Amino acid sequence: MTIQANLSSEPVLSTRNPSAVLEWLARQAEPVVISLGAILAGLALFSIFIVLVGKSPIDLFKLMYTGGFGSWFSIQNSLSRAAPLLLTGLCVALPARLGLVIIGGEGAVVLGGVAAAAAALPLIGVLPPAIVLVIMAVAGMIMGGIWIGLAGLLRHYRGVNETISSLLLAYIAIALMNHVIEGVLRDPASLNKPSTTPLPADYMLGNIPGMDVNWGLAIGVVACIVSWIIIETTSVGFAARIAGGNVRAAQIQGLPVGQLIVGFTALAGTFAGLAGMVEVAAVQGSANASLAAGYGYTGILVAFLARHNPLAIIPVAILLGGIDASGGLIQRRLGLPDATVLVLQGTLFIVILFCETLYGRFKMFNPDLWKRSA
Amino acid sequence: MIQVRDTPLPEAGKAVGIQTIGMTMRFGSFTALDNVSINVPAGTFHALLGENGAGKSTLVKCIMGFYHQTSGSLSVDGREVVVQSPKDAATYGLGMVYQHFTLVPSLTGAENLVINRAHVPAVINWAKERRELATFMEKMPFQIPLDRPVQELAAGEKQKLEIIKQLYLGRSFIVLDEPTSVLTPAEADEMLGLVRGMTERGELTVLMISHKFHEVTKFADAVTVLRRGKMAGSGLVSELSTKDMAAMMIGDVKLPELDTRLPVAADARPILMVNGIKAPDRTGLKSIDIGNLTVHAGEIVGIAGISGNGQKELAEVLAGQRPPEAGSISIKGTRYGATRQESRINNVRFIPEEPLSNACAPKMTVTENLAFRTFDVKPAGGNAVWLDMKRMRQRAASLISDFKVKTASHSSPIAALSGGNVQRAVLARELTGDVDLLIVSNPCFGLDFSAVAEIRARIMKARNAGTAVLLLSEDLDELLEMSDRIMVMSEGKLVYETPAISADISVIGAHMAGHH
Repeated sequence: MTIQANLSSEPVLSTRNPSAVLEWLARQAEPVVISLGAILAGLALFSIFIVLVGKSPIDLFKLMYTGGFGSWFSIQNSLSRAAPLLLTGLCVALPARLGLVIIGGEGAVVLGGVAAAAAALPLIGVLPPAIVLVIMAVAGMIMGGIWIGLAGLLRHYRGVNETISSLLLAYIAIALMNHVIEGVLRDPASLNKPSTTPLPADYMLGNIPGMDVNWGLAIGVVACIVSWIIIETTSVGFAARIAGGNVRAAQIQGLPVGQLIVGFTALAGTFAGLAGMVEVAAVQGSANASLAAGYGYTGILVAFLARHNPLAIIPVAILLGGIDASGGLIQRRLGLPDATVLVLQGTLFIVILFCETLYGRFKMFNPDLWKRSA
Repeated sequence: MIQVRDTPLPEAGKAVGIQTIGMTMRFGSFTALDNVSINVPAGTFHALLGENGAGKSTLVKCIMGFYHQTSGSLSVDGREVVVQSPKDAATYGLGMVYQHFTLVPSLTGAENLVINRAHVPAVINWAKERRELATFMEKMPFQIPLDRPVQELAAGEKQKLEIIKQLYLGRSFIVLDEPTSVLTPAEADEMLGLVRGMTERGELTVLMISHKFHEVTKFADAVTVLRRGKMAGSGLVSELSTKDMAAMMIGDVKLPELDTRLPVAADARPILMVNGIKAPDRTGLKSIDIGNLTVHAGEIVGIAGISGNGQKELAEVLAGQRPPEAGSISIKGTRYGATRQESRINNVRFIPEEPLSNACAPKMTVTENLAFRTFDVKPAGGNAVWLDMKRMRQRAASLISDFKVKTASHSSPIAALSGGNVQRAVLARELTGDVDLLIVSNPCFGLDFSAVAEIRARIMKARNAGTAVLLLSEDLDELLEMSDRIMVMSEGKLVYETPAISADISVIGAHMAGHH
């Protein structure tokens, strides 16, 4: 039988219609205004903390600006710190679009770095640097993908909570890393900091021309754009959004929820693994305990601040990179511990989570309420 | 808060009358209740009728102190009272029985009663309480085992216990909010009959929210009808016909009528065949076991049963949400595993119950929700890698106008729509294109008259066009009206089958209640 909707005769909603444009603007403005408001509220709360420890918040914010974005030097410093956060932010944001809260990106960063370093070892001097770097990247991505994909598998097939399993997997990853860098992969020359054999200088991932920032930034930005394209413009991304919006509806539509969960967690892991590879190939030169520097955890904050929108991750990561970069200056000039910036990060995170409840409450952003009262 | 205690407090076991005068409730600019005056004299059984959103709940919530009315007043036994909270309402002897149970399932009836008292001692002397309860129960018109955990009681017994709880707490006026929605017809009749007896003896006054006319005509003395927040009419039940009441409820709206039922062809092709399906239910303690279920083209098979007897699980198995442990499902003779590919090839569509939580992504837009079936196919067929937003919008616009979905905008989140409009949107998505098998679950639950009539008309139209329809419903009237065959599901099994045309409600009811 056929009940055919009539597909041609009705006027189609036109985006040229002024009220439609206004509506569109209102819907788009909501996350921007609420996020900015949350950041301001977080800064205000943080100011109270600063006053309590006897310092001037105004001086502090000035210093933070100087330290993060005040000069070309500090901007480059911030961008360098933002680079891994772009990738680890994606590791949280992509599964979040499917309704999964993955917080163990740190594990994929660490193992991705180890895998990259291990893959490079036998190839140094055998293959040209460009090819070795590609192999390192692939190795890091595969390792990271497996690691976070494991959390997805456990979630779908065994019903294990992905938040807990990804976190526990991160601890296992760090233990595994310690095991190999102090064992089979240890460079005998690394005495008090066990590491793998360092990459020769010509095998390192260099800087973006004209900047003192490594290629990791460009890789991260491209990854964010690609992720946005997948989520917003492909049918796989749409299927993932349905599953994230309501898994029961996705099942009734016959969508392969299990494959989507495993696929997207694995994809998320490849980005975090890539961050580990960049850290090894561009910063550390070898895999060592510095890989577990907390990028995976800061990525959680980045993704939540960006409301899991891959494009919004770019400015948010740069902002947090800037806050991080200013830590040293705050320590030197104000005599505050550099962990002060962690207090700010934590405050922002809590305020952001609180502000989730504000969505849909402001009439100006909610066109559905305009007409009801009119 | 000014509390004027000029009313003598009611005695338990003696009915009080209530009256509202010009009750008005506004939420912002929306008037939910507009100048409604009702009078319920002591010892009467009063019915409150109205469609969803007519203001019935708002009115009783004002009476019970959950809302503070914008204007208007409430009198108890002829004296004006101020009810600031449900606690105040309790002081005047006003109580309410909700549509869904509010008993603690793991506690016994006795424990549920005692812990609900306003003043429970820190250490409960259970021996004393039990003696007092036994004396109290002697005066009750019906008996309930108070020593068993509530979860072991049947739905009818739980509902009686809810009423006993109100009496135990000393209420003399109770509101019953659609009290029979979880009961079998026999349980409903018994329970309402007992309550009616109490009103006749002057022990209780009852205000019952209902949408079942037969209950109103059989048990109520008087009726008040609300429509869009306003009083649409009232009168003695003895002086009003069902038709009069329906007219008051819906106003001058012409309801879509069902297509004439075309006879099922004798050689109609079997579309859905279920064989020996076994699956655990949601508690994991029981399981469902469907021996044999066949639905032919152009036929509606209705599955009756009290909520919680495995209908949900059956629908979930068919929708691929619950993997079966044994048995097979085949559609048009080939095995069916509920994948997207299989449901597309066989044109299988679903209208699950509570469409917002089962068939939609609430925060996605109406346009996106309407595209769930088609986003990954190209117009010419074949899998689409990229979304075609323009086509999605065009298609949504035409579905929205064809199925009269009322939405502020096509890019509103679907959660912003009313229940009836969400259901229309789901129907638009699921009934467009070729449909060979339609699996429908409680499609009209909680919807207003016009939405119900329209949805039933659409399903009947699909049936007449040759779709095989499996209709799972807790509403017997709906099943009798829509189905060609009715099967009864009880404790996870199909226990009875009858052609709808010769169906006997009392036999179906007995099987629903587990008497096979």
